Amino acid sequence: MNVQAWTFALVGLSFALYIGVAIWSRAGSTKEFYVAGGRVHPVLNGMATAADWMSAASFISMAGLIAFMGRDGSVYLLGWTGGYVLLALLLAPYLRKFGKFTVPDFVGDRYYSQTARFVAVLCAIFVSFTYVAGQMRGVGIVFSRFLEIDIVMGVLIGMGIVFFYAVLGGMRGITYTQVAQYCVLIFAYLVPAIFISLLMTGNVIPQVGFGGTLVDGSGAYLLDKLDGLSTDLGFAAYTSGQKSTMDVFAITAALMVGTAGLPHVIVRFYTVPRMRDARTSAGWALVFIALLYTSAPAVAAFARTNLLTTVMDRPYSEVPGWFKNWEQTGLIEFEDKNGDGRIQYVGPASELENELTIDRDIMVLANPEIANLPGWVIGLVAAGGLAAALSTAAGLLLVISTAVARDLLKKGFMPEISEKRELLTARITAGVAVLIAGYFGIDPPGFVAQVVAFAFGLAAASFFPAIILGIFTRWMNKYGAVSGMITGIVFTACYIVFFKFVRPELNSADYWLLGISPEGIGTIGMLLNFAVAITVSKFTPPPPASIRTLVDRIRTPGD
Amino acid sequence: MNPERYWKINLRYLGILLGVWFLVSFGASVLLVDTLDEVRVYGFKLGFWFAQQGAIYVFVAIIFVYVILMNRLDRKSAAEAP
Repeated sequence: MNVQAWTFALVGLSFALYIGVAIWSRAGSTKEFYVAGGRVHPVLNGMATAADWMSAASFISMAGLIAFMGRDGSVYLLGWTGGYVLLALLLAPYLRKFGKFTVPDFVGDRYYSQTARFVAVLCAIFVSFTYVAGQMRGVGIVFSRFLEIDIVMGVLIGMGIVFFYAVLGGMRGITYTQVAQYCVLIFAYLVPAIFISLLMTGNVIPQVGFGGTLVDGSGAYLLDKLDGLSTDLGFAAYTSGQKSTMDVFAITAALMVGTAGLPHVIVRFYTVPRMRDARTSAGWALVFIALLYTSAPAVAAFARTNLLTTVMDRPYSEVPGWFKNWEQTGLIEFEDKNGDGRIQYVGPASELENELTIDRDIMVLANPEIANLPGWVIGLVAAGGLAAALSTAAGLLLVISTAVARDLLKKGFMPEISEKRELLTARITAGVAVLIAGYFGIDPPGFVAQVVAFAFGLAAASFFPAIILGIFTRWMNKYGAVSGMITGIVFTACYIVFFKFVRPELNSADYWLLGISPEGIGTIGMLLNFAVAITVSKFTPPPPASIRTLVDRIRTPGD
Repeated sequence: MNPERYWKINLRYLGILLGVWFLVSFGASVLLVDTLDEVRVYGFKLGFWFAQQGAIYVFVAIIFVYVILMNRLDRKSAAEAP
């Protein structure tokens, strides 16, 4: 069987599996639709959370980002795992104990205010939409490269699948499909990682091979060899950092806190039976995430080494087949500037001119081809990328539909709506959201890719302080919480919009506030939110006695 | 066990564990990374290893330590209930 036949077979099989699971686990009531009836086993919920969390960006882009950024890529690894510590210790158990369905539910009840609920709903919808568009785009790329289907057709197929199980199954269907998707994606990520680790270092475990010696007879450590290759070609040494310490600190903090504040992650912890299960479940989620996140930097180092040795000063006429394949997609571009027929791939410190541009997104997808792995491994990577994108898209669509059907209608404009009508509204909203997300996937407005990375900063600057203060203090009142959330999100959004859209030419360390890039500014937004909320609450009436009882209740163990 | 005491013990656990969390993430992997890079373990510079591997393992450990501590505290508090 050739690569394409393998890919069709594996992608087809995985899709059949998801549909089967979805039919088996349809939702009947709003509670099943929103939180899977609150009866999901903590380990399974951990797996579903991991699939929900790890998007096309984690699966396809992250290792490539690290491969090109070296040590600075650590901000993603630390930020997107360290947030789970905050989630497990500070948020998940108490939100589960609180026991409603959504983040706006908590904000609205704890701060006894429809305004607070409404601000939270808007934040949730905005964050989720920017995020879901990126997933649909990922689906399109995988389809067009591996199955040579038109990108529009690819997105349509992806929409069809998500529509089927998210709209029918709600949270119950999504949870069990995500468990299946986690298994597919982690298998697809680890198989090539293990193969490549074996080929390059003789170690079965990529995390160990990462620090091991090469089997090429030189006996040199992989990372030393990579540092040497990089500096020889005029790049910075792979294991050294380029960003300022302040910026790395701020970006890491913004990603961590943002992770803990993302509504589609938080809502997963409403699905387990008890408060203690929420803690355990967050632990398992991080175990399952860490499997991929500790492999990714190893994959990045292997891929970078492989790439440099493959293209370094090679005559263009002798490049391997994968190089030509990716050139056709426009993701690799070679221009023979000095006309010597050889590829000069060099960094800024070299006196030669660079002739090769490589899109970092292809590092994971092309890795099995670069390492000459069998055809079924390549097909597996395609199925894994789709699993990652679809599982995250489904989780986000659910947040959007819940936000509209429950938080806006049931709790806002139409409190007398019947459960049946509410469920129908939730399904219709999910359907409409799929269509909009699909449109963004086919015809992405330029800002989408830019904005996804900033969703974290916005989540960090808005939700996180309001939730933390709501649990850990009894005295925080609605005036403080609302003014804090608005200050945080407006400050962060303005800073990002100014440097990314209004005056992009000023986007450099010389003009940044305290040397912090727009990626990391959510950290400052969060601190402002805390400061404003605490100050305002000191000068306004304290919350009513019923709120003190509510806070005491969520702090005590039991159901 | 009264709720005040339960909450105090919980806050103490949180303080210690979040201290460890800060130390391995922002400490070893960001603020002290260049100092730790002077030390080599196996094929890794130590600071680089913490930033791309070690911190993540410690994060997992922190959550499970908290799970065990809190489950024990929950049991104790239930046993002492009137």
